[in-house]
Amino acid sequence: MNSIMPFEWILATRFMREARMQTLLIMSGVALGVSVIVFISALIGGLQTNLFRRTLDFQAQIVILPPKEVSRSLRQAGNGKLATLVQPRAQRIQSVDQWQKIMKRVEKMKSVEVVSPVVSGSGFIVRGEANKAISLTGIEPDTYLQLIALRNSIIAGTPNISSTDILVGSDLAKDLGVWTGDKLNLQTASGGTATLIIRGIFDFGNSGANSRSVFIALRTAQSLLNLSGGVTSVQLNLDAPFTAETVAQSIQAQTGLEVESWIAANAQFFSALEAQSMSNNVIRFFVGLTAALGIASVLVVSVVQKSKAIGILRATGTSRRQILRLFLLQGALTGLMGSLLGAGAGWLFLTVWRNVAINDDGTQLFPITFDPMLFVYAAVGATLVGILAALFPALQAARLDPAVAIRG
Amino acid sequence: MVDSNAITLQLKDIRKAYNIGLPAETEILHGIDLIIKRGEFVALIGPSGSGKSTLLNLIGLLDKPTSGELFITGQATTQLQDRELTMLRAKSIGFVFQFHNLLPEFTALENVMLPMLAARGRPDEAIGVRAAELIEQVGLTSVGKHMSNNLSGGQQQRVAIARALVMQPALVLADEPTGNLDTQSADTIFDLLRRVNQTSNTSFIIVTHDPRLAKRCDRIIELVDGRIDSDKPNVAES
Repeated sequence: MNSIMPFEWILATRFMREARMQTLLIMSGVALGVSVIVFISALIGGLQTNLFRRTLDFQAQIVILPPKEVSRSLRQAGNGKLATLVQPRAQRIQSVDQWQKIMKRVEKMKSVEVVSPVVSGSGFIVRGEANKAISLTGIEPDTYLQLIALRNSIIAGTPNISSTDILVGSDLAKDLGVWTGDKLNLQTASGGTATLIIRGIFDFGNSGANSRSVFIALRTAQSLLNLSGGVTSVQLNLDAPFTAETVAQSIQAQTGLEVESWIAANAQFFSALEAQSMSNNVIRFFVGLTAALGIASVLVVSVVQKSKAIGILRATGTSRRQILRLFLLQGALTGLMGSLLGAGAGWLFLTVWRNVAINDDGTQLFPITFDPMLFVYAAVGATLVGILAALFPALQAARLDPAVAIRG
Repeated sequence: MVDSNAITLQLKDIRKAYNIGLPAETEILHGIDLIIKRGEFVALIGPSGSGKSTLLNLIGLLDKPTSGELFITGQATTQLQDRELTMLRAKSIGFVFQFHNLLPEFTALENVMLPMLAARGRPDEAIGVRAAELIEQVGLTSVGKHMSNNLSGGQQQRVAIARALVMQPALVLADEPTGNLDTQSADTIFDLLRRVNQTSNTSFIIVTHDPRLAKRCDRIIELVDGRIDSDKPNVAES
């Protein structure tokens, strides 16, 4: 006993060491709970990061659009009654007013990483007898390739297009029986027509996109869609994607244009993620509760088993507070040690998972985030849970009547 | 009049009742008056149910009397809170029980250290030295590092006596310290208690059923039905 540990620590560690089986079982229980929490948190964290990344790979964080065209209702002066009923207007292709100015203005904003003008519309690809409806996007490759992970999706050729080039999806290429270097004829409803050379083929991992999307140069799209000098949207990315909604609102306030953030555009996706986070929290809560009940029940039994020892300690000068601390400490130590063991086990699971859950090509099924703070949180959380769980048994022990305890 | 410095323990009209206010209310002790002087070696005898253990618990500050006054080395105790009672108990009173005296999780030596450790908060050299001294005094130096539950009954009681003395108390309370020992071990224990009493000037109250041991005490107090039935010096011994 030539340690520097305080009295209660000496007693607590000795009690726990001597009740090996109990200590081992309850620590394993806590460890298991903590490892489940660590594993699930890392898994869900990884899943969410991955989903965000995939979403943001194919979508700009903020899109600035021209305001919707609305027919004004005529009202009679005075009583506000409708004079005529007007049909809502069909939205024609329309340019963002003064888009160069807006781009310059947005580029100056602090959090903005890249801004790119885009022209989008619809058209047909005609090749021989075949005829495919497509949605065409006119881009400036320099900036647009920073906005969207198009470069990584190219499976043949290059994404750097000039005014006579086109990028098509892998499914479309297959349907039309074409490959890089082949020529396609593109037509639009407004009568524009162009013959373009396939410069690259992309695969977005989504057959809708792969069979419908084509990318052409901005100028080519402008002339095909009869929109010379105009763009249908200005798209931008921020250095912090999750601030997109506030930034979008401030741009909207400054320009009066329609500004949509990826957060608003994916509201459903976000609510799904929120539900996922909530279910993660529910799991954490119940695992924590289970661990707490386990610790509490072991300590309640221990107080009964140790009642004579408590009586003797009290008779030989140990105060109520010291007894209280002795049992709180046992709870805390069980939580702490259990969580360290559990964090270790969780880490082991994750490492195994990383090596097992892989795609055929050797990449991970989905990457797992490995936040070291998670271990700190788990340790602190489990220690607190241990102390809380020990509260009732510790009070019970402190209130024990020494005279009764010794005699009984 | 007795010199107040020489009084270790004084009880004034101590009463103890259980189930107060209930139909089953029973008074165990009916007004005990008692003075134990410094260095006295007292036997407390009486039939089962006479209130010996209750009285011992009250004297040991493990329980509170329903009414009356209890002074330990001149200090009134009935108004004290748990904290102060614990401190006074640690400083002034040593216990030796009949059974389950020691903590099985600790060695003999560590058991002797525990009261000092509880008082000081953490281990230091002095505690070790003092414990080793006492273990030697009770003749157990060779088994000091053994776990306490590996010791014989007699050895365990000797460790308990060493523990009772570690804080140099004014009073040692022993509840049937030889109750579950064979005659020879009982004699050894009793001799040890006697010897400590003579060398340290500590007062002892020993509850016993054994008339042979009672006769070797300085004073015999007999409790019957919660009253002191007789209290006389043991002529043969003194």
